[in-house]
Amino acid sequence: MKKLELRLSGFGGQGLITAGIILAEAAILDGNNAVQSQSYGPEARGGASKAEVIISNEEIDYPKVGEADLCLAMSQQACDKYAAQTRPNGILVVDSGLVKNIPEFPGRIYAVPITEIATSEVGRGIVANIVALGVINGITNIVTKESLETAVLDRVPPKTKDLNKKALKAGYQAAQKVLQREGE
Amino acid sequence: MPVPTERKAQLLSGNEACVQGAIAAGVRFFAGYPITPSTEIAEGLAVELPKIGGKFIQMEDEIASMGAVIGASLAGLKSMTATSGPGFSLKQENIGFAALTEIPCVIVNVQRYGPSTGLPTSPAQGDIMQARWGTHGDHPAIALMPASVREAFDLTVQAVNLSEELRTPVILLMDEVVGHMRERVELPATDEITVVNRVKPTEDPEHFLPYKPGPNLVPPMPAFGDGYRFHVTGLVHNETGFPSGKGKDGNILVRRLLAKIEQRQPSIAQAELYQADDADIVIVAAGSVARSARAAVKEARAQGLKLGLVRPITAWPFPAEAINSVATTAKAMIVAEMNLGQMIIEVERAACGRVPVIGLNRIDAELITPQDIIARAQEVTKNVR
Amino acid sequence: MSVKELVERYCRTSKLPHIWCPGCGNGIIMGAVMRALDKADIDQDKTVIVSGIGCSSRAPGYMNFDTLHTTHGRALAYATGVKMANPDLNVVVLTGDGDCSAIGGNHLIHAARRNINLTVVVFNNSIYGMTGGQYSPLTPTHSYATTAPYGSIDRNFDLCKLVQAAGGTYVARGTTYHTRQLVDQIVAGLGHNGFSFIEVITQCPMYFGRKNKFPSAVDMLKWQQEHAVPVKAAAKMTSEQLAGKFLIGELYHEEAPEYTAVYEKEVIAKARGEVK
Ligand SMILES: Cc1ncc(C[n+]2csc(CCOP(=O)(O)OP(=O)(O)O)c2C)c(N)n1
Repeated sequence: MKKLELRLSGFGGQGLITAGIILAEAAILDGNNAVQSQSYGPEARGGASKAEVIISNEEIDYPKVGEADLCLAMSQQACDKYAAQTRPNGILVVDSGLVKNIPEFPGRIYAVPITEIATSEVGRGIVANIVALGVINGITNIVTKESLETAVLDRVPPKTKDLNKKALKAGYQAAQKVLQREGE
Repeated sequence: MPVPTERKAQLLSGNEACVQGAIAAGVRFFAGYPITPSTEIAEGLAVELPKIGGKFIQMEDEIASMGAVIGASLAGLKSMTATSGPGFSLKQENIGFAALTEIPCVIVNVQRYGPSTGLPTSPAQGDIMQARWGTHGDHPAIALMPASVREAFDLTVQAVNLSEELRTPVILLMDEVVGHMRERVELPATDEITVVNRVKPTEDPEHFLPYKPGPNLVPPMPAFGDGYRFHVTGLVHNETGFPSGKGKDGNILVRRLLAKIEQRQPSIAQAELYQADDADIVIVAAGSVARSARAAVKEARAQGLKLGLVRPITAWPFPAEAINSVATTAKAMIVAEMNLGQMIIEVERAACGRVPVIGLNRIDAELITPQDIIARAQEVTKNVR
Repeated sequence: MSVKELVERYCRTSKLPHIWCPGCGNGIIMGAVMRALDKADIDQDKTVIVSGIGCSSRAPGYMNFDTLHTTHGRALAYATGVKMANPDLNVVVLTGDGDCSAIGGNHLIHAARRNINLTVVVFNNSIYGMTGGQYSPLTPTHSYATTAPYGSIDRNFDLCKLVQAAGGTYVARGTTYHTRQLVDQIVAGLGHNGFSFIEVITQCPMYFGRKNKFPSAVDMLKWQQEHAVPVKAAAKMTSEQLAGKFLIGELYHEEAPEYTAVYEKEVIAKARGEVK
């Protein structure tokens, strides 16, 4: 890996900022560099939310994400806005329960019912962000599984550790499924 | 202690690192008023200060915050405030008071887009001249501009140290990008950090002259309650500290205030040079923009375009020496800043016409990108040849 | 204590004579403050006198303590910092009516609200003295000032009511005529553990007097004598009898938690995990 730029987008309350921080922390645990930034103010109003993460084994100079290598879209609005700001050969992961119309995108597209998995399989909608992390990492392996789990467990309330472990696992399984489908 | 005693990689924002730096430097009093994008500093210190017996107070406005900071410093605590744009404007009168009365204190200004309320959450570097000349009258100024989270920590410590050593307000001039972005950082271990404390007088109160300068032109400073019964006034005063009403004393006092900084200028003024000695075009950029410039230098060099970077770490005193060092070797200089041309004035002054100095300015609330810089460099290359 | 002894002990005699005009009441108030500090037996080395900008705010320069002459209106903000940083210090604030109720009005209500242990003495001469006689928020309506050449149309504050409403826990009003009572009011303020506020009605013959038909300082003191009504006496008077008069004495007093003490007891203790 040289450098990967990710954009996690959706609504406020979906835990995307936390997801971005966790991903950056996992990268640091791996011994890599990471920069995380997020939307503030007007951009963060009207319910929209966005976190950006850059991971690299070299120094990270310019801290903003221009064209992302991977974009997670957890709302239709976010998908409409950010799909176009993703590299043509990049990856678009959408929450298929929330994004009904996937815009034209030349790269790889993975549609996963992230929130639905969190609600029905894991049992709590609130862990959708952790499911998403499992999905993203399952597809890309940007960080090691151990580091991601450590980073998740460091950030979540102690009482919810098992729940979050379960969410992460569900995310990995969902990733497995879409990758398999792609292989067929 | 909240400060880690050993190095450990962690993810912190510039504002969070500033909090850690303040604690490490010995800051024990903070007064502030919430304003984006500096608020996390107040929030962080509200948590940390009482843990170590320090004091945090949210005042009714920025004017009051600045006043309280000066009062607390006089009562003996290392004191700090943090703000942004509109709040920085409000603090100016009392910053001048601290400069004239020589009260150590640190003012963090996380720059945002202005003037006025502007774009509260968007980055800018429009306060460079305000940090120098924001308060009325001739006065000394020190302003430090971190470009990374680690530097937000280091320069906070340095700001506190300089303010204590020189008895002068010091400004930490961050920008929104550095304040808000989180990045991997290893903070220094406690024993790697140098902490400077103000010098206290040794003579007995009978013979004490509160504004008699020491060898470094800085008068030793007792705390209120130490038994010296001294007077502090924003009026021009002589060595006794009492108002004199004489221009002659103003001349002595204000010149000394400037001289105490100038005397230390060679070691205060700092810049980082990156691939600058053999560069055809030198980019001058500070704070977050310097990160873009560094990326541009790497990318351009890979394409065969020899760029270099001079990154002023101190806005004030301006590191003219660093500009000097490349003014005869570079074919042109590009000053990239998120304003319409503030630092460029100082660069032109230092370059003295020896090399063309060209501005690259953005005020559309976006961080200048490496591509912006490369494009401008390509254009300039065509014209210089 | 004789005046001579008082001056020698509590004044920076080398800084005298003071800058105030003949007939000005500021010296009377400064004297009352010094007498009160003496009566209250305060530690001179542990007392800080803070002021803003104005004629009245020059008083600390003459007083033999740690003294802090700040910017216009901001004395209470600076004093709050001093007191927070070292709650063992006695902090006294001397301020003018413009200094504390116009430019410093916001700091006044917030310092009162916090109930931080400061003793504030307002030199209310109904005018901006230092800048030469402009009207202040305490200038009575229809009075004349250089900036109210046709008479002031502004309604004036009742500062004592304002401070009480804002949360001040000791409020009194005195005059430069009733000096003995004034000393006692300041002593009570110094002894009170909370925000104490003493408004002192004083005379500015130079700028208020001349423009408002008071030929001399004596006339202004006479006016005080005739218009001041002690709180107790007022209780037995009708509203007609009280019209045009003002109350003097202790106007309000309550015991309430003091800010710096609460900060120690609650915030620091909680942050350190000593209490939940
Ligand atoms: C920011 C600022 N605005 C205005 C002034 C000018 N100024 C100095 S003293 C003063 C009024 C003082 O009046 P008051 O507080 O009533 O005190 P007095 O002089 O009557 O004792 C003014 C307006 C100043 N010093 N600073």
